[in-house]
Amino acid sequence: MTRSTLITHLILISGAIFMTLPVWVAFATSTHAPETILREGLQIIPGGHFFETYNEVLFVEGGVMKKVTATAMLKNSLILGIGFAVGKVIISMLAAYAIVYFRFRLAVPLFWIIFMTLLLPLEVRIIPSYKVVADLGLLDTHTGLIIPLIASATGTFFFRQFFRSVPDELLEAARLDGATSWGFFIDILVPLSKTMIAAILIIMFVVGWNQYLWPLIMTTKEENYTLVIGIKQIYQVLNEGGELPQFQKAFALTILATLPPVLVVLIFQNWFVKGLVESEK
Amino acid sequence: MSGVQLKSVRKTYPNGAEAIRGVDMDIKSGEMIVFVGPSGCGKSTLLRMVAGLESISSGDISIGDRVINDVSPSERDVAMVFQNYALYPHMSVRGNMSYGLKNRKMDKAEIDKRVNDAATMLKIDQFLDRQPNQLSGGQRQRVAMGRAIVRDPQVFLFDEPLSNLDAKLRVQMRIEIKRLQRRMNVTSIYVTHDQTEAMTLADRLAVINDGRVEQMGAPMDLYNDPKTLFVASFIGAPQINLIPVRFDGIALSNGNLSLPGFKDLPKDADLVLGVRPDVLVETPDGQFEMRVDLVEQHGGENLVYGALTGATNEEGEDLELCLKASKETLPELDGKLTLGFDPATAFVFRKDTGERLI
Repeated sequence: MTRSTLITHLILISGAIFMTLPVWVAFATSTHAPETILREGLQIIPGGHFFETYNEVLFVEGGVMKKVTATAMLKNSLILGIGFAVGKVIISMLAAYAIVYFRFRLAVPLFWIIFMTLLLPLEVRIIPSYKVVADLGLLDTHTGLIIPLIASATGTFFFRQFFRSVPDELLEAARLDGATSWGFFIDILVPLSKTMIAAILIIMFVVGWNQYLWPLIMTTKEENYTLVIGIKQIYQVLNEGGELPQFQKAFALTILATLPPVLVVLIFQNWFVKGLVESEK
Repeated sequence: MSGVQLKSVRKTYPNGAEAIRGVDMDIKSGEMIVFVGPSGCGKSTLLRMVAGLESISSGDISIGDRVINDVSPSERDVAMVFQNYALYPHMSVRGNMSYGLKNRKMDKAEIDKRVNDAATMLKIDQFLDRQPNQLSGGQRQRVAMGRAIVRDPQVFLFDEPLSNLDAKLRVQMRIEIKRLQRRMNVTSIYVTHDQTEAMTLADRLAVINDGRVEQMGAPMDLYNDPKTLFVASFIGAPQINLIPVRFDGIALSNGNLSLPGFKDLPKDADLVLGVRPDVLVETPDGQFEMRVDLVEQHGGENLVYGALTGATNEEGEDLELCLKASKETLPELDGKLTLGFDPATAFVFRKDTGERLI
């Protein structure tokens, strides 16, 4: 190994440790008894209470919240993550299809309006959105949780760029082959966008999973809490309660919340990279 | 089968640019017509108007007895082969060929039969389950043709289908397209900028320039009897020798050059003399003297290039001359060669209008 590769590796390894150490500390601490944590602070070596803690968090009612278990919150998070990702892909593909392939008067201004909403975070429109959802009677429902979030400027922009790279001759050949607008979309564009769809699904799943503010104001009942909200709630309980703070459960919940996005990225990373790198076939 | 009629067809883009400036054409049933012209002349636009991929600003296009101006591309009963093949990358060869038939709700057994027949005819039957990216350029080209054939259309449209292939394959596919067209006897329109392709494929050739048909006719008629300077210079390889001249009543002249044997030409106009490289012969009492600067040996024949002595163009530069000679003709470089031609085989054009006078 030459000197320069040695240095490169050192930098990379220290960077990796820097990034992963906090996660490890969270995991190690979650496997200790609450007394140990209170007495000795954060732990770097795993303790012997792994099964006890995780079992209680995942399956025992009242183990972590007053009523719901982490499994129920995990389910809510999954519904939000998947619904959010799938909804975004569908909406943004349809929007991009209209912008790229249909000639209508306001196509260009409309595209720029959509594009400019990229600059506006959810927080800017959160009160009006809340009002709309509340008036529709969708508070505390999965529909109300997902629908207001699925319009996506980012997705529309990515799909627009991708569709523009598809050669015009394919559209013309399909027209001569008698494909309808819908037929061309389903038979040609969607299969061609496969890797692109996969990449956006993955990114959006992670984004949806990590949503915090919207689920927080949208859900009032415990059974609708997502994991991320659960974490916030449990820390709040830590500060208020007169009993021994359950830090190990809070950390266990944190670990559980990071697992699905990590798994999704690990499993689908090939598709993910392909979708981002691959241009035209 | 049916023919195609174009009646004063025009195409004007919204920005005012005129792509097609009034084309009339009567293509007979089963005929193979080649549109040839320089890039940007409008030949592809015209083809795409027949296909329905470009709208028609004015005039009528009809296939058979049916005016198709407002008929959608898929209902015009035409099939098109694109330059880059435009195969659907995610579908197998079979999928590519049957997609159009499926959209027409054709019976599955009939689709299979047609696809298999076309594949056998094109010798791609062993590739039916492959994806386009597993095929070579020539095979892709065949699939693109197969996709057109299975439709059993009234008109085939080819948009420079061979220009992505290498030279050898191009010649081979050219012959196959011609055979196929003969066998199926389908009216075809073929667009190319390659004049060899145009000459060899066409029953009739339409030379298009600047949105107009300059001349239309059998390839050899265009070669032997060009109506304009443009047609004469576009048809024929190597290109016709063009010499700017003026007529003084007895002979055509340019500098020291004087070419007798012409009459009834205007004295007050700039003229262009056109002499094909293959009517020039080496003879001691010839009209031209050429200083040889390059000999291209093509095997069966040699092309000798050089500068015509004694004459210049308006800018005062040498005029290049090309002679098509036997393979034994190997003049020395910078040597002098005396060339002659029969005035009856030469063309004379007006320079300003391009119109042919003799």
